[in-house]
Amino acid sequence: MPAPIRLRELIRTIRTARTQAEEREMIQKECAAIRSSFREEDNTYRCRNVAKLLYMHMLGYPAHFGQLECLKLIASQKFTDKRIGYLGAMLLLDERQDVHLLMTNCIKNDLNHSTQYVQGLALCTLGCMGSSEMCRDLAGEVEKLLKTSNSYLRKKAALCAVHVIRKVPELMEMFLPATKNLLNEKNHGVLHTSVVLLTEMCERSPDMLAHFRKVSLVPQLVRILKNLIMSGYSPEHDVSGISDPFLQVRILRLLRILGRNDDDSSEAMNDILAQVATNTETSKNVGNAILYETVLTIMDIKSESGLRVLAINILGRFLLNNDKNIRYVALTSLLKTVQTDHNAVQRHRSTIVDCLKDLDVSIKRRAMELSFALVNGNNVRGMMKELLYFLDSCEPEFKADCASGIFLAAEKYAPSKRWHIDTIMRVLTTAGSYVRDDAVPNLIQLITNSVEMHAYTVQRLYKAILGDYSQQPLVQVASWCIGEYGDLLVSGQCEEEEPIQVTEDEVLDILESILISNMSASVTRGYALTAIMKLSTRFTCTVNRIKKVVSIYGSSIDVELQQRAVEYNALFKKYDHMRPALLERMPVMEKVTTNGPTEIVQANGETEPAVLETKPPPSGLQPASQANDLLDLLGGSDITPVIPTAPTSKPASAGGELLDLLGDLNLTGSPVCAPAFQIAQPPFLLDGLTSQPLFNDVAAGIPSITAYNKNGLKIDFTFERSNTNPSVTVITIQASNSTELDMTDFVFQAAVPKTFQLQLLSPSSSVIPAFNSGTITQVIKVLNPQKQQLRMRIKLTYNHKGSAMQDLAEVNNFPPQSWQ
Amino acid sequence: HFILLFSRQGKLRLQKWYTTLPDKEKKKIIREIVQIILSRNQKTSSFVDWKDLKLVYKRYASLYFCCAIEDQDNELLTLEVVHRYVELLDKYFGNVCELDIIFNFEKAYFILDEFIIGGEVQETSKKTAVKAMEDSDMLQETVEEYMNKPAF
Repeated sequence: MPAPIRLRELIRTIRTARTQAEEREMIQKECAAIRSSFREEDNTYRCRNVAKLLYMHMLGYPAHFGQLECLKLIASQKFTDKRIGYLGAMLLLDERQDVHLLMTNCIKNDLNHSTQYVQGLALCTLGCMGSSEMCRDLAGEVEKLLKTSNSYLRKKAALCAVHVIRKVPELMEMFLPATKNLLNEKNHGVLHTSVVLLTEMCERSPDMLAHFRKVSLVPQLVRILKNLIMSGYSPEHDVSGISDPFLQVRILRLLRILGRNDDDSSEAMNDILAQVATNTETSKNVGNAILYETVLTIMDIKSESGLRVLAINILGRFLLNNDKNIRYVALTSLLKTVQTDHNAVQRHRSTIVDCLKDLDVSIKRRAMELSFALVNGNNVRGMMKELLYFLDSCEPEFKADCASGIFLAAEKYAPSKRWHIDTIMRVLTTAGSYVRDDAVPNLIQLITNSVEMHAYTVQRLYKAILGDYSQQPLVQVASWCIGEYGDLLVSGQCEEEEPIQVTEDEVLDILESILISNMSASVTRGYALTAIMKLSTRFTCTVNRIKKVVSIYGSSIDVELQQRAVEYNALFKKYDHMRPALLERMPVMEKVTTNGPTEIVQANGETEPAVLETKPPPSGLQPASQANDLLDLLGGSDITPVIPTAPTSKPASAGGELLDLLGDLNLTGSPVCAPAFQIAQPPFLLDGLTSQPLFNDVAAGIPSITAYNKNGLKIDFTFERSNTNPSVTVITIQASNSTELDMTDFVFQAAVPKTFQLQLLSPSSSVIPAFNSGTITQVIKVLNPQKQQLRMRIKLTYNHKGSAMQDLAEVNNFPPQSWQ
Repeated sequence: HFILLFSRQGKLRLQKWYTTLPDKEKKKIIREIVQIILSRNQKTSSFVDWKDLKLVYKRYASLYFCCAIEDQDNELLTLEVVHRYVELLDKYFGNVCELDIIFNFEKAYFILDEFIIGGEVQETSKKTAVKAMEDSDMLQETVEEYMNKPAF
């Protein structure tokens, strides 16, 4: 069999192939030759063949049949063989093949070889791809080599140790004694690798970290660093005039880890850090690399403020640098520090905003994140302008994040409602299709809450979708608003802007075209249909048209639309008397999320000015001032606050499902007060529209209790459990008065232990007539997810016989069925 | 992390992996990264965020050198590492060009192994690294000469 061709020949030949197919042919031919040569156990040319195989592997062809051959090469005595063998092992084998374990013995022998280069090869291979089993077996050898005086081997052994520790962390302690002398070396290679080893140990184990801090590693490192900077020109390690930047950076990194959260160490480093920061030349990338590492270190340890300011200024200078890499690096670090050193970073705000216009994608993303972090009350208008402009021109992958960011920032810092709504509108119109789905209900809630802006909002939204109704979130918000505030639109009542003349028909035209359009998503159609329905109470002359539209969709293919249309039809036909009440304006909604100003719920459509609470509530419920008094009175931290709603003259009901019918809003919490309307009793309405009874029959037998009976005031509790939610108990209290005089201004308050949640609905009145001639009823809902025993403390205040009375009591006699 | 060298046409010239991954996975990653980097123009920075790693790349003549580093590593220093590697190749081959690397790929690997082990730099002195290479080569020469002696 003729001698196999040399590697170079092969490479040359393959490169002459003009097509992929030709190349494949050549490779296959050669592979076949190699395979037969392997089978013949040809020692002489094995090395050459494996080398060729590796080349083909790099081109992408399979080469696994060479794995065993690599092992044979490693076992051979010839250096050339070993070299190629180890290379093959590193390229072709990895810890997932079983074959690699066979290498362990070879490596062990080679680690003790007389030639240092063979030892080096073995160390290198072990350090690159040794598996945990191999590491465990050979760690002892590595440790021995770590102590040798041969610096060539020592540095390799150190990095090998790093790999061992990464694979088998338990072996870390084994290397500890050897590290004692590592830093005394003069050889930079050893120094560098030792620092890497120490870094790895400190990062992995806090015990090691403490140990090294004690062993006064820091002064040693500081000394080495100083020598590097001060000492003269050493051409060997020099890069553009800076001596051994690799070592400098690694030392800085180790210092960072040592100084984190440790005052003593940090103090010891302050000087050297200042020195490095001021003396390093910044004209070349090398100097900047060192400065970058220094800045990172300064920010991470407990450095003094002067040093921190220095660091931020360096970052500021980086930002102005022309080199994109440096700007990128600066933005990244500023992002990390903006939380802690906010004011210092603010100074560079204008530069950061300029970076938004950069061409590079990574820089733009960093600048965007940083800009959002820097928005505050003072600069919000200016920043928003820039960010909106950015939203317009940026790549699609950013738009969703940018839009969400703008919403959040606007919510937190909006200087005025009108500005807020304008901003939202702008976002919806520029990036409408990228806005996240959950933003829509949030926006709607926001709009509902800004009462005085309703007319303005609906007008602007209407104008926006007149031209183009393809952006789904925009259309959804717009149709909802038109549905709610259509009457304002038609009456042309807007104060903020030039009112436009819109007729009812035009409005209906738009909504109908949304329904018909192919571009509308199913959800959007739902919104539009509901909006049309709501307009039936708001508009006066077009009710027939609305009826017609609704009945058309009664046979729609889309199940959701069909259901709605049928229900609305039913409203028109059978329940027409309920229609106005049902479709009344949405009350201002309670915001359950804790950001930003929140408002207490009002019951009627005519909203009264609400009290703004800016304190973030602890448990998601909003403490009113009365509840605070209750807390003070009852002391104890195990009582949760309660919301008494303002008493109204109409009874409220727990018509949760009704609300679902009126709008597809994913409200983040259950609304505290349902729209108030005249009803006979709850079950009738629910029967009409849904077939599922919401609550158990009272008669299904939870006994009622007398919770309080004193001074002529008796309070009874009756219970109901919810079918749909077994942890909810509904308590109806009845307060009666057996004295000869009325009790007026009666207020009932309750508090429950922390694991419960309580909701008080409006009482029927605040006067309890005398002689048991009438009662006040009030509904309490208790949420008891942990099924703990129900306990309650109640506080009663009322006026009786001309004097104010007040009493506290504890109710403990709840029957087990009410909470189990 | 890992190191890749590829030409402007996307042909791989060198690949060194310091983590274990199945072959298929490696190929997929290489394809992806080559695509990303080749599509970036001159004006962009040398850093790319990719999955949870950072890619640092630099172009020397017709070759792209790409390094993948972890989040806490210093990107600017990695650029220096790449540059140092190129300098080593240059010193060893004498005015290195792409062809040198193609025809002597195993030597390129050996030089890399003298410079970096397990993903960390082991030798910061150019002289020492190149000398180690040359000494190892000497060992090889003697053996090869021995080999070429006819009929022993």
